[in-house]
Amino acid sequence: MMVPLAPADKPTSPRRIAEGDTVVVYERHDAMRAVAVRAGGVLQNRFGVFRHDDWIGLPFGSKVFSTAGGGGAGRGGGGKGGGSGKAGGGFVHLLVPTPELWTLVLSHRTQILYIADISLVVAYLELVPGCVVLESGTGSGSLTTSLARAVAPHGRVHTFDFHEQRAASAREDFERNGLSNLITVNVRDIQGEGFPEEHRAASDAVFLDLPQPWLAIPSVSLMLKQDGVLCSFSPCIEQVQRACEAMRSCFTDIRTFEILLRTYEIRDGALKSGTADEEATVGPLPQKRRKFTASGEKMGYAQSNSSILVRPCSTAKGHTGYLTFARLRVSDSQTES
Amino acid sequence: MDPPPPPAIPREAWEGCSVLLDINDGDRLAFFRLTPAATVKIGNKTCSLQPLAGRPFGSLFSVGADGLVPCAAADAPSRDDSMQDGADGQAQDETRDNRSLVDNNTAQNLSSDDIEAMKRDGATGDEIVEALIANSSTFGKKTVFSQEKYKLKKQKKYAPKVLLRRPSTRSICETYFKKSPARIGFMRVDTLSLLLSMANIGPYSDVLVVDMVGGLIVGAVAERLGGTGYVCSTYLGTVPSSIDIIRMYNLSSDMVSRIVQVPLSELCSMQSSGNTPLVLNGSTEGEVVEPVVVQDEDAQASLAQAVDTADEKAQLSTEQTTEMEVSKPSLDVQDENSSFECKGGDGDSIASKSKPGKAPSPEKMKYWNEHGFSSLIVAAPGHEVESFVADLLPLLSYSAPFAIYHQYLEPLAKCMHTLQVSKRAIGLQLSEPWLREYQVLPSRTHPHMQMNAFGGYILSGIRIQSEQVSHQ
Repeated sequence: MMVPLAPADKPTSPRRIAEGDTVVVYERHDAMRAVAVRAGGVLQNRFGVFRHDDWIGLPFGSKVFSTAGGGGAGRGGGGKGGGSGKAGGGFVHLLVPTPELWTLVLSHRTQILYIADISLVVAYLELVPGCVVLESGTGSGSLTTSLARAVAPHGRVHTFDFHEQRAASAREDFERNGLSNLITVNVRDIQGEGFPEEHRAASDAVFLDLPQPWLAIPSVSLMLKQDGVLCSFSPCIEQVQRACEAMRSCFTDIRTFEILLRTYEIRDGALKSGTADEEATVGPLPQKRRKFTASGEKMGYAQSNSSILVRPCSTAKGHTGYLTFARLRVSDSQTES
Repeated sequence: MDPPPPPAIPREAWEGCSVLLDINDGDRLAFFRLTPAATVKIGNKTCSLQPLAGRPFGSLFSVGADGLVPCAAADAPSRDDSMQDGADGQAQDETRDNRSLVDNNTAQNLSSDDIEAMKRDGATGDEIVEALIANSSTFGKKTVFSQEKYKLKKQKKYAPKVLLRRPSTRSICETYFKKSPARIGFMRVDTLSLLLSMANIGPYSDVLVVDMVGGLIVGAVAERLGGTGYVCSTYLGTVPSSIDIIRMYNLSSDMVSRIVQVPLSELCSMQSSGNTPLVLNGSTEGEVVEPVVVQDEDAQASLAQAVDTADEKAQLSTEQTTEMEVSKPSLDVQDENSSFECKGGDGDSIASKSKPGKAPSPEKMKYWNEHGFSSLIVAAPGHEVESFVADLLPLLSYSAPFAIYHQYLEPLAKCMHTLQVSKRAIGLQLSEPWLREYQVLPSRTHPHMQMNAFGGYILSGIRIQSEQVSHQ
């Protein structure tokens, strides 16, 4: 279960992989996919051919091997100890789907939000179990899934998209992930029509990812409970400016952020000492580790094995969008004694 | 028909709840508990906090002759006032600049004696501000933006406003980060949010936590569990580290009952019974090891906590000392002086029967020993983490995510390397979140001039089975 809805669904319950389950197949840190387990099913990837039947009954988190060419138990050839990744001895891990993994494996029908933006949105919207949150547009359902977890088991996410096909695809995804009790998907043009009257003064939070969010702001002010929180996500600063302008009359505490993640890579190796005769290079270090100079002296690699080098990765996301948060002003009638 | 469930988020302050007061638009932030005797000092006036009980969170108060008085939002500082004059204002402004404005203290015609006299005559703060503007010889020459700034500055001094805020994970973290970041290991709000997402905190989770940041994580996780699942806060040595910050969260008694504390040695020994004895790498110290940085900066806090713990044991539910603000000028956030426990969301003033930090039942321990925890968060910003992560990981279920916070990169890099080599985890990622805030105003949009450049590092991953799998 991507989001447990009852104590029996808890993540630590002794569940085994069963037919019909969705598992996240982890191939490499940058290669994962969601697979629906079915009897007789087969997964083919760069590491080999994997039979779903081998998975059924295993605990989540298991490492499974591909069937070697010509059938057999997949342990053909010697020494698979620890999984060496040799050709023909390929393996993958079968993981429990979580909202974070789902964001990484779902099919992109639109540009999606990633974990950095998602986590800040959930925290800044102050979502706790039992909350009611409105969202538009649904897009590919990346954020929606995390919103569902935040309000589960008794809260609700009402999500709206004006694109009928995308709404249907999202609805299917949520159904398959066991989230239909938490999420309602509706086809509606929020910019043109606003949110439905039935949600008036009933929402703890609203999230907008729309091309012209300022058109929806007046409706949002009617949907939120007092002190409720709005978030508007926009890629362009002009959109942000217009949205903030529209917020000023009914909202306070208007704050706009950017959040990005910088990742680091590590390397086990030592840098060369200053007495090296060879030219310093910026190539891979480990190969040169044990070389000696002409005079037979060690090149200063006397340090212990715990020299782990770490530096930022050179690729990074430069921008996703601006996140603007605001609180619904407490109405004047509330402040009269 | 069943009564409707209580709302997920309480929208009004109640007697005995914990509140966050925002004085003058973020200039001063402090936590208080709304007990009958609670007061706040603004300027040289001490005001009772009683007028706040029953008021909606988000309400604004001004300081009147008799204390705090609700005031309408329209009186709020005009930070949000865009240029009402629109095009006119703009055209006029383009011809204005500050070439003739000389800062030599002669622009204001009212003296401080004049102002005192006005106060004695009963002038309101806003009237004084208007008088100051009227008596300023340079006001009219300023740009509209500059005039706004001037007015705001005078309002803060003569007509301070108090905003009643609801404590939540976000506001508690931001307040501590601003006022005493060392206490929470310099964990910024976006970093905390990431930890909660990366560790898949959701309902019915059994979350294992090492919280050496005052209880910020335990409180945040308990809030997200909403009364389901468990937060098992484990600690090295024999004395649990303080988790007093959870008292800011207004957790219901259901949520509080989900918080348990157990020494790591006990969790590990349960694990190893029947197997070869587990060597506890970093946890053989008999005493709790508090991070050095925190101890240095918060000796005051530690002292207050020690007093508080003793009082809690005595279960004094009628204790009247409720001021949570220490009058040290540099440390506005001080929340441990209150020995008055109130967790009920219904105004119940009796200390909750289920105290946080009790030991887990043997059944729960057995369950966790067999099935593992569903995720792990570690926040021990003053410790080497590699060794006790090695002890903690086997306590998780397979496919359980974990997120480890640190204020230094090297310990996490070492830990990541060890996990890669031992192949006990996949999806390893070492990240640093970057957060930048923007000022968005007409013709004045740009990032804030001040920026926080560091909010911590996170090592995240997923625990996996490291042995071979049988196909049969």
